[in-house]
Amino acid sequence: MVNKEPDLEQVPEVSATSRRSMEIAISIGLLALGLIVVGDSWRIGASWAEDGPQAGYFPFYIGLIICITSLINLIKAFKASADESFVSKKALGLVLTVLLPTIVYVGLIQWLGIYLASTLFIAAFMWRLGGYGLAMIVPISIGVSLLFFVMFEMWFTVPLPKGPIEAMLGLA
Amino acid sequence: MDEIQSLIQGFSIALSPFNLMLMVIGVLLGVIIGVLPGLGGANGVAILLPLTFTMPPTSAIILLSCIYWGALFGGAITSILFNIPGEPWSVATTFDGYPMARVGKAGQALAAAFTSSFVGAFVAVILITFLSPVVANFALQFGPPEFFSVYLLTFCAFVGMAKGSAMKTITAMMVGFALASVGLDTVTGQLRLTFGQTELLKGFDFLIAVIGLFGIGEILQTLEEGLAFKGAKAKLNLRTVLETWKELPRYWLTSVRSSIVGCFMGVVPGGATPASFMSYGLAKRMSPRGEHFGKGEMEGVVAPETAAHAAGTSALLPMLTLGVPGSPTAAVLLGGLLIWGLQPGPLLFVEQKDFVWGLIASIYLGNVVGLIMVLSAVPLFAAILRIPFSIIAPVILVICAIGAYTVHNSMFDVWLMVIFGVVGYVFKKLDYPFAPLVLALVLGDRAEDAFRQSMLLSQGDLSIFFSNPLVGGITGFALVMLFWPLLSGLKSKG
Repeated sequence: MVNKEPDLEQVPEVSATSRRSMEIAISIGLLALGLIVVGDSWRIGASWAEDGPQAGYFPFYIGLIICITSLINLIKAFKASADESFVSKKALGLVLTVLLPTIVYVGLIQWLGIYLASTLFIAAFMWRLGGYGLAMIVPISIGVSLLFFVMFEMWFTVPLPKGPIEAMLGLA
Repeated sequence: MDEIQSLIQGFSIALSPFNLMLMVIGVLLGVIIGVLPGLGGANGVAILLPLTFTMPPTSAIILLSCIYWGALFGGAITSILFNIPGEPWSVATTFDGYPMARVGKAGQALAAAFTSSFVGAFVAVILITFLSPVVANFALQFGPPEFFSVYLLTFCAFVGMAKGSAMKTITAMMVGFALASVGLDTVTGQLRLTFGQTELLKGFDFLIAVIGLFGIGEILQTLEEGLAFKGAKAKLNLRTVLETWKELPRYWLTSVRSSIVGCFMGVVPGGATPASFMSYGLAKRMSPRGEHFGKGEMEGVVAPETAAHAAGTSALLPMLTLGVPGSPTAAVLLGGLLIWGLQPGPLLFVEQKDFVWGLIASIYLGNVVGLIMVLSAVPLFAAILRIPFSIIAPVILVICAIGAYTVHNSMFDVWLMVIFGVVGYVFKKLDYPFAPLVLALVLGDRAEDAFRQSMLLSQGDLSIFFSNPLVGGITGFALVMLFWPLLSGLKSKG
C-alpha cells in the first residue's frame, strides 16, 4: 500500500532471514523473559503472607502467562512454513544504515555532549545518505543543533548533556 | 443543567490568552508530528511531556491534548497526499483519499477529511460533556474489585477485538505488565526484577517505551519501504472548501452512523483503528454508490475520518472518569496526569473541577482552532514531507533522543529507547501489537494495586470478582471478550 522505490521492486528480493526463524527466536526470547519473571517473583515470595499477597504474587502469574503464550507461539511458529521472508537483504541494509549510526550517535552523546553529537550525526547522514555538499551540510547541521540549544537551554531551561565544546565556550 | 454551568466555567479557564496560545502551538506541533514519519500522536505527546512538568496541570493538558487533535488532523494529510497513513486509524482514509488525490481532487478530499474529523470530534466531545459526569458519579461507588474488573475488561477487550493473533496480543500485554512490575514494590518495599542494577530501581518508564516503540521502531519500518516520499500536489483554497462543504450534507447519514460507531468504539478500549475500518465497511455496504468505493469516493473519506476522530476524542471519556485510557495516546496523557500529581478516576470530577472542565472546553476550542489551521495551511504541512529523508530522519532521531533523555535526565534511558526501538521494529513486523503493551505498562501498577486490595478484602478468594451483579457483570463480560477469539474460532469450524 505504501510507496516503494521503483528500483526496490525490480530487483529480486533476497531474503536475509525467514519470518519463521524470527518468530521462533522471539518466542524463545519471550519464553526466557517469562521464566526470569517467574523465577524472580518466586524468589521474593509469590504466595500469601499473613498480611496479604507477597510482592511476587501478581508478577508470578504475569510471568507464567508469558511462558504459556510464548510456548504456544513457539509451537505455531514451528508448524508454519518457512517460505515467507522476514526482511530482504536490501531492506535490512537500509535499516542498518540508520540503526548503526544511531547507536554510534547515542554513544557519542556521553563524550561530546548532545549538541556536538547531533551536529555530527545530522552531517554524517546528509553526507552519506543524501550526498549533499558542505554548503548544505554545514549550515543545516549546525543550525538545527543551535535551534535545539536555544530551545532547551534558554527557552525551556532544561539542561541537556554537554561536552568539551560547551565547556570551551563557557556554556556548560 | 450543572454540566452547562461547569462547561462555561471551563471555557473561562481555557480562553485565557496563555492557554489559547498553547492551543495554537499544540495543534501546530500536533499536525507536524502527525505528518512526519516516526512521530505520531502517542510518542509526540511522550516527547513533549517532560517539558510540561513545571506548567500548571490545566495548561499542560491543554497543550498535550491539542497536540493529539493536531496529530489526528495531520494523519489525514499524509494518507490522502502520500498514501502513507500517519496513524493506524488513518489507514482506511487512504482507500478513497489517495485515489481522489490522484485524479486531482486532493483539495476536496482534504476538505472533506478535515470537516468530517471535526464533526466526529464534536459529537464525541458533546458525549464527553454530558456523559462523563454521569459515569464518574456512578464510578464513585466503585471499590477495588470493581476497578480491577474494569481494568480486566480493558485488557480483555484488546484480545477480543484484536485483528491478529490473540496469543501475541496477550504476550505483548503481559510483557507490558512484567516491565511495569520492575523496581520498588510500593506495598512491601521489596525490589522486583532489578537484579542488583541501580538503573532498574526506578523501573521502566512508559514514556521511554513509547518513544522507542512508536518513534525509532516506526522509522526503521519506514526505511524498508524506501527513502523517498512521492506525493500528490495539494491545492486547497476557499472555493474548494466551500464547494466541498456544499456537497458534504449529502452524506449526513454516513456522518451520523460513523460518529456513533466512533464514539462507541472509542469508549470501549482499543477502538480507534477498528472504528475507522468498521465505519468504512458499513458505509461501503450501505451507500448507494458502494461499488465505487476505493476508486475515489468522497463518502469513503467521510466515513473513516469521522469515526477515527470520534473514537480518538471519546477515548478520553473512560480515561477521565475511570482512569482507563481508550488509546495509546490517551494512555500517555493519563501518565501525564499521574506525573502532575492528579489521580485519574471519578474523584477527578469532584476534586479537580477546573482541570476537567478546562480540558473539556479546550477540546471544543482546540478542534475549532485545528480545523481552521489545517484548512488554511495544508501546503505548508505538505511541504514538510518534501524535506529530503536524509535531513528529516536524523532530526527526528535527535528529537527522540532528547525526549528520552529529558524524562529522567538519564543516558541509560536513551540507550533503553534504542533497545525499545529495535524490539519495536521486530515486534511490528511479527504483528505483536504495541497498544496493549503500552497500556499495560501505564496501568500495570494501578491494576496490580486494585487486584491486591481486592485480594486483601476477600482474603485471597477470587470469587470477590463475582460478588455482586455489577462487578460480576463486568468480569463476565471481560471473560467473554477474552475467550471471544476461541469462541468465534469454534463457531466458524462447527
